[in-house]
Amino acid sequence: MTPSGQALVEVTGIEKRFGTTRALRGVSLSIKAGQCLGLVGRNGAGKSTLVSILSGLYEPDAGTVLFGGEPAPRSGNVARWHEWIATVFQHSMIVPDLSVAENVFLGALPPVVSWHEVRAKTRDIMREWGFNIPAETLCRNLSVEQLQVVEIARALARGSKCVLLDEPTAALEREAARRLFERVRQLTAGGVAVLYISHHLEEVFEICQDVAVLRDGNLVLSAPTAELTRDGLVAAMVGEVQEPSASRSMVTVSGQAAVPPVATAAGEVVLEVSNLMSESSRGRLAGVSLQVHAGEVVGVTGLLSAGVATIGRVVAGAEARASGEVRMGGKLVPPGQRDVAQRAGIGYIPEDRHTEGFVPHLGVAENTTMTIMKKLAGPLGVLSPARRVAAAAPLTRKLSLVSSGPSQPVSELSGGNQQKVTVARTLAHEPSLIVAITPTRGVDVASKELLLSSLADVAHGSAGQDGAGPDGGGEAGGAGVLLCSDELSDLGICDRIIVLVRGEVFTEFTEPPFDRDELIVATEGISQEAGK
Amino acid sequence: MTSNTTTVAGGGTGTAPPRRGGGRPSLRSMNVGVLREVALLPVLVVLIIVGAVVSPAFLTVSNFAGIGQQSSALGVTVVGESLILMIGGMDLSLEGTYGLAPMVAAWLIVPVAAYGDGTNWSPYLGILVLLAVGAVIGLINGLLIVKGRLNGFIVTLGMTIVLAGLQNGIVKAQSLFNLPGPFSYLGAASIGQVPVSLIVAVAIFVVTGLFLRYHRTGRAIYAVGGNPSAARAAGIKIDRIKIGVYVAGSVLAAIGGLMEAGRVSAVTGQQGYQEGIIFNVFAAAVIGGVSLKGGRGNMIGAASGVILLGIVQDILDLANVSNYWIEAIDGAVILFALFLARIVGGESTAEES
Repeated sequence: MTPSGQALVEVTGIEKRFGTTRALRGVSLSIKAGQCLGLVGRNGAGKSTLVSILSGLYEPDAGTVLFGGEPAPRSGNVARWHEWIATVFQHSMIVPDLSVAENVFLGALPPVVSWHEVRAKTRDIMREWGFNIPAETLCRNLSVEQLQVVEIARALARGSKCVLLDEPTAALEREAARRLFERVRQLTAGGVAVLYISHHLEEVFEICQDVAVLRDGNLVLSAPTAELTRDGLVAAMVGEVQEPSASRSMVTVSGQAAVPPVATAAGEVVLEVSNLMSESSRGRLAGVSLQVHAGEVVGVTGLLSAGVATIGRVVAGAEARASGEVRMGGKLVPPGQRDVAQRAGIGYIPEDRHTEGFVPHLGVAENTTMTIMKKLAGPLGVLSPARRVAAAAPLTRKLSLVSSGPSQPVSELSGGNQQKVTVARTLAHEPSLIVAITPTRGVDVASKELLLSSLADVAHGSAGQDGAGPDGGGEAGGAGVLLCSDELSDLGICDRIIVLVRGEVFTEFTEPPFDRDELIVATEGISQEAGK
Repeated sequence: MTSNTTTVAGGGTGTAPPRRGGGRPSLRSMNVGVLREVALLPVLVVLIIVGAVVSPAFLTVSNFAGIGQQSSALGVTVVGESLILMIGGMDLSLEGTYGLAPMVAAWLIVPVAAYGDGTNWSPYLGILVLLAVGAVIGLINGLLIVKGRLNGFIVTLGMTIVLAGLQNGIVKAQSLFNLPGPFSYLGAASIGQVPVSLIVAVAIFVVTGLFLRYHRTGRAIYAVGGNPSAARAAGIKIDRIKIGVYVAGSVLAAIGGLMEAGRVSAVTGQQGYQEGIIFNVFAAAVIGGVSLKGGRGNMIGAASGVILLGIVQDILDLANVSNYWIEAIDGAVILFALFLARIVGGESTAEES
């Protein structure tokens, strides 16, 4: 079945305000059966609000939502809403202590439950989707990818006519993402409509027939993907004149080969990791050795399970190691003690900002200076708020952090700005090594460039970049950066890239620009005469 | 690099360089803070009016001095519990410490005739013992909960029973009396009309409040309670801070116990656990806006919670409510106040940074 004339879901003139913010300003769009519509926009463009309205969580202030031409049920009538639209949210809506089967049928169980039947139905759905998750497993024991599969299975189990996928690949390995694309195509072929929300424009081009762009709460573009170029789409997202000269286009966000970074003479060895072993649940390490020199950005990449995040966490002291050594400037760093590692000069930008990146209800300035409280405090430990604000200001300015002021709680900021707080907090203590794990996950295109270039600056120095604060003291550069990411577009700033496969160093690419295809092949563990 | 930040910071002391857009938001969040901090003010005003109607003796200096004296012991304990709640913990055993610490100290200093141990230690030494008992109990709780990764509710519940048992066992359910002057001074003495215990309690509230707001360890307490993982990732020694707060909380409860002992000139087997003061401790903290989930709360709120409970108790006494009914009414008033505080204060009101 091809997209037919009748719109399955149609919204017209949707308005939504939060206080003084107009999150959506008269947005109209429609999705037909069998269509995959991409929805893109920077953080704060109104995507999340629209998702919430389409999911029946918010009532719009004005405008209408039609399902198959009929007015939508009242928001909150979840069961009826799910007959039309089911949403797979970015944040897991899985109850960890229940089984897979019970999560798939959560809220849709009959009054008297036959577990045999529920499990059988779950197995059917899993089989049909080609996933291999036992129905009786506790969800607590599943990986992020598997949890998402359970959520997708849940949407399918409801028989929803439209599936809304909110950043579905954010936490998926490439292989899993590919499976997902395949299923999305299969869904649309079967007449289901898919609304696909993503920061990854490549994905949109790959699987969406049409794309809608939100900017500042307006729908600024809606067109078939075939008629668009990538640059045209980016221009629509950020606005024509928005891309300032400040971004030095050192990083190409597309993930294609980056312009080679400024060549720097390799300094002394800052970090030396030897024979690191770990049995971490995030991916084991089976004897990894590597070095990072001053002034160097070293990328570590691989599949999610390959230990990419683990090596970052172990080096940063956020996680213990089974054996092996981590040395900073030749001195041994004890395992699993974050505070000691920080004093040894290791900065840490964690994988998940929500769990480790900031304290939500404390202010921007306080979060930014959390790593340097001791330094800011007077002899008796007295810490004046003014001093904190003054110390935070150059950092937040440098990262173009948008907030209503230094005391605004970080929980109120957009995702990109929250991540800037986490990065600012790390820059604040002037580490000689920064460990950054997937630093641009869930961050919009413009913020992504800014964050990456700020990391590159830490290593390479920023020769008179006007973004640096007057009291920033001139960015000296010269720190090492260990950038652990499975997102190829992050790796454009790297001087070297180490590829991990199943917890071991598989290969190393030493000469930028890096070839995207070679990298992908290497992460899959397929040998090739690549790099050196 | 260090010097450069210090220069900036030095310039910022006292006269904060006004940041772009810094004035308005901080004013806004200040308003929110003020709103929350005075959230209980209308309730207190209503209660004072009720009190004045109920009894002509209510609006007198001596009555308020009495309320102050009676509330001081509770108040100091509430400070301890608030700190523990702020790091995301809880301590039920503060009521046990509140009874046992003065019991052990008094047992070592009063003569055998007053059911003492016969060691007849100096009362000053007794006060040190009291503080040490508090610290040791807090340390055991802290180590079990933080290092032993045990659940705080169960650990401190168990500890409560142990402490209450010791308190009964030591003197076989007798009361220790004949407390020497220096030992009862804190709870019994007055300077003019003002009870010493009230002065000390107010001082403890003020110092703790300033500490929480302006000391790096105080700020770390908010960070640890607000998001322990993030605090740890920022290099804060969260274990040390948590254990430290459990110790501080228990020491404060011991001081509260000392005030109570002085006020009634005895240490009874009932003090603390059998009086069930822990409900009032939690109620005062929560009415005052200290979050049971950690990371939120301040001393102005906690203090108004204590004052509110003190006035309610006083009004019930003055109104000659039957002893058989007083607890039911007391409890109902507390539940109502909790509800009211939730409405006025909300959960989202953040501590100003």
